[in-house]
Amino acid sequence: MSHRLGKRILGKSSQPLKDQALEGSGFARRAMISFALVLVAIVLLSLRYVYLQVISHDEFTTRSINNRVRVVPVAPNRGLIYDRRGRPIAQNLPAYRLELIPEKVENPQETILALGEFIDFPDDVVERFQRARKQRRVFDSVPLKFSLSGEEVARFVVDRHRFPGVDVVPYLARYYPYGELLTHVLGYVGRLDENDLQRVDAGNYRGTTHIGKTGIERYYEHELHGVSGVEKIETNVQGRRLRVLDRQDPVHGDDLILSLDVLVQQAAWDALGDRAGAVVAIDPNDGSVLAMVSKPAFDANAFVRGISGKDYRAILNAPNRPLFNRALQGGYGPGSTIKPFVGLAGLELGVVTPEKRVFSTGKFFLPGQERPYHDWKPGGHGWVDIYGALEQSVNTYFYQLSLDMGIDRMHDYLSRFGFGSRTGLDLLGENPGVLPSRQWKRGRYGQPWYPGETIIAGIGQGFNVATPLQLANALATLVNGGTRFAPRLLFAAKSAGDGQAQRRHAPVVQQVPVKDPANWDVVREGMRRVVHGVKGTARAIRPESGFQIAGKSGTAQVVAQVDGEKQNARTTSRRLRHHALFIAYAPFRNPGIVVAVVVEHGGGGSAEAAPVARAVIDSWLNQEPLR
Amino acid sequence: MKRVLPGWVKWPRLDFPLLVSLLLLMGFGLLVLYSASGQDMSVVYRQAIRLAVGLAVMLLLSQVPPHILRLWTPWLYSLGMVLLLATWFFGVGRSTSRWLDLGLFRFQPSEIMKLGIPMMVAWYLHPRRLPPDLLNMLVSIAIVLAPVLLIAQQPDLGTSLLVAASGGLTLFLAGMRWRFILVAAGLAAAAAPALWFVMHEYQRNRVRTFLDPESDPLGSGWNIIQSKIAVGSGGILGKGWLNGTQSNLEFIPERHTDFILAVLSEEFGLVGVLALFTVYVYITGRGLYIASNARNTYARLLAGSLSLTFFVYVLVNGGMVSGTLPVVGVPLPLVSYGGTSIVTLLAGFGILMSIYGHRNFIR
Repeated sequence: MSHRLGKRILGKSSQPLKDQALEGSGFARRAMISFALVLVAIVLLSLRYVYLQVISHDEFTTRSINNRVRVVPVAPNRGLIYDRRGRPIAQNLPAYRLELIPEKVENPQETILALGEFIDFPDDVVERFQRARKQRRVFDSVPLKFSLSGEEVARFVVDRHRFPGVDVVPYLARYYPYGELLTHVLGYVGRLDENDLQRVDAGNYRGTTHIGKTGIERYYEHELHGVSGVEKIETNVQGRRLRVLDRQDPVHGDDLILSLDVLVQQAAWDALGDRAGAVVAIDPNDGSVLAMVSKPAFDANAFVRGISGKDYRAILNAPNRPLFNRALQGGYGPGSTIKPFVGLAGLELGVVTPEKRVFSTGKFFLPGQERPYHDWKPGGHGWVDIYGALEQSVNTYFYQLSLDMGIDRMHDYLSRFGFGSRTGLDLLGENPGVLPSRQWKRGRYGQPWYPGETIIAGIGQGFNVATPLQLANALATLVNGGTRFAPRLLFAAKSAGDGQAQRRHAPVVQQVPVKDPANWDVVREGMRRVVHGVKGTARAIRPESGFQIAGKSGTAQVVAQVDGEKQNARTTSRRLRHHALFIAYAPFRNPGIVVAVVVEHGGGGSAEAAPVARAVIDSWLNQEPLR
Repeated sequence: MKRVLPGWVKWPRLDFPLLVSLLLLMGFGLLVLYSASGQDMSVVYRQAIRLAVGLAVMLLLSQVPPHILRLWTPWLYSLGMVLLLATWFFGVGRSTSRWLDLGLFRFQPSEIMKLGIPMMVAWYLHPRRLPPDLLNMLVSIAIVLAPVLLIAQQPDLGTSLLVAASGGLTLFLAGMRWRFILVAAGLAAAAAPALWFVMHEYQRNRVRTFLDPESDPLGSGWNIIQSKIAVGSGGILGKGWLNGTQSNLEFIPERHTDFILAVLSEEFGLVGVLALFTVYVYITGRGLYIASNARNTYARLLAGSLSLTFFVYVLVNGGMVSGTLPVVGVPLPLVSYGGTSIVTLLAGFGILMSIYGHRNFIR
């Protein structure tokens, strides 16, 4: 059996001779069947192609277009910012950023690490990317680094083919040419994050990478941003843009003209020198802010590029807190700078007359109490009326006046000048300060009011807290006859398409009722004598000729004074010295500028702060009038 | 035919209708390749060289009489088996061991078996009475299965199935009885679920993807989806040569190799596809005609099997590109770029021409 089987398989011709002709016809039949099957198969396959290419043609055409055509947002150009005289103070400069499209990159983390070969990334680039990625759709690009150096761009472009889905994209980067001089006013733009998207129309920000974080950039974000456009672009499979098919242009943001004058700002900056402090200058005629300086400051351009955690901590922990906007947020005891307002209250409320005189012995006692309240001059000033009381800053006069007026009347009158409430400036984060009253103290401390607190409130000590901005705005109200504006940094705005900038006016918050204009003149005359009077505390800054300056010095106590012990600026350590304050306006006859100055730990207001005010006034009044 | 050449130079034994249709196919293929390669002439040149080499091999083999081929058959088959075994032990390749590095060049031994299997089955059945009885059929199946299993383990499921098909087609043409065919078909259907468990994960993924490409549109479903988009967006007349967006923007993967038909469909539309199919069917039909006119069993079976296998490639590739069949790495014959497959295919057509040229020899 096995032998036969072997023979049948391996044997050459163990079988009878084959009939080739018969087998041929059998083969022909099979060949015919095969060909028939071939035809059936090709017809079926062709029908499949008919289905795809004819019946489903429209659907696949759409998908093929969707494949290659991407609709990408086009970020509008951010509005530019100018100062009052048209100097650009926030610009857009051409720059390059590195972007990654998550959808097109298989392993973004590895890709970013590989890119490190060409690009100098901050240490936390991967975490930043992961955070940024969550806010966007997979086919939206995520910026990895802004403001690439020319070298980085050149090195990356050579090896670009290695990184599908990663590209260098030109854009306009925000730049602040004056650096730290204007930081506290302008604020800065920073990378858009999740919190920012909560407060804007996210759809309009799809192509936007930066948003106003603080200052004017934040307050006028809506105006500055503009309206996003869209672009239909053809891309290849790696998402690289090949050409633009269609475009709906974005509408660029409004250009803003601020009421600031860079020269005045610079004068205030220089006058403060390396001392910490703040200067606010306002035009009393329209409430526009001419200068607003807080020192120390920092260069916001680093924040635009994306500041590293280390550099940020360095700024955060620097001495005197450069991030803190003293002009807007710094609360200081107003000290004697409050006296003109208290004096006006006394006159208008009929508590005193211009003729009333008070005798200063250097010490003032409440009836039935033993504790003395001091004048700054040992031995006192003798007989003084309100002019002399302002000129020499006689505490005793205002002690008596406050006592006669009472805290609540004082509170109600001073509040009309904006003490104790936000001025309404067009910046966020304003400190409202404190203007004490019985009710306030009960609410704040649950304690009754003591008469002693009334008399120190009358000289701006005790609970009183005011910001430099509030002081300047209150003085502007006093100077212009009672019109309290919500001061404005924005002077005018120019929208895309507008030929000319539209003036924006500061809103009037309150019109302080005037009982007798003569009372106001009395107080102003008292302030003039502070600078021009024979015994004026700020005689040192009076101009020899030309215009006259009116002002008032003040000292804010940092450490409570022990009974009559006078602080000596030269012997007291700088940190414990009082803050020096000065408020002033000029020209006396036709006021064009009011200034409030605070020099932290400066000691006496007349010596340290008044010259700063003088410098600011000079820089404004010595310029050619605008238009 | 009037002799213009000296007597010792014989006019080569060529089948002109076959030659012309093959050249037509190649020309069209090069045209599409130019577009599919992103208009890279160097790719076209390399393909042209490969085609020229294939044509030379075809010319050479067409002059070898079938009875000589029949004598070589066991040796060729044995060589293929040895190389397959060698690949098993020393194969190179990224994830699969299909390639054998011979120092000068690398090639896939499975290519030899594309010719070796039908030749060997034809060789075995040639002296035996047809239709084959059960025993001869079992032996034939063994001849087919041995290399098929070796190729399948490489793993190269696509090629192993195609090579198995070439053996099966030989048996079919040999007159395999219908009841056997039904039993074999039944066994295959029963074995299909079992196949799932021996498949590699990537092969299973391909099947899953084939069943539902949209489940992973950016991953394994990408090829099928993009290919279908290319075909469908081509429409009746196509987007025009060099104007296919799917191919020029590189959405079609393997656009100049396995998926070149997608490029053709996109740029030349249904008209181009049907023209191409017509040429393929004509070549297949011509092959079957040659087979029917052959004078002995070996030549008949071999010619018929080679023609039908050629068509199966077309069918599988066309099915894959249109999303009708799973993605298996089967090139579009003589059009797809590269590979030893061009030489193998043209060698097959050389054998066909030899069979046609020597049809009047009785041996």
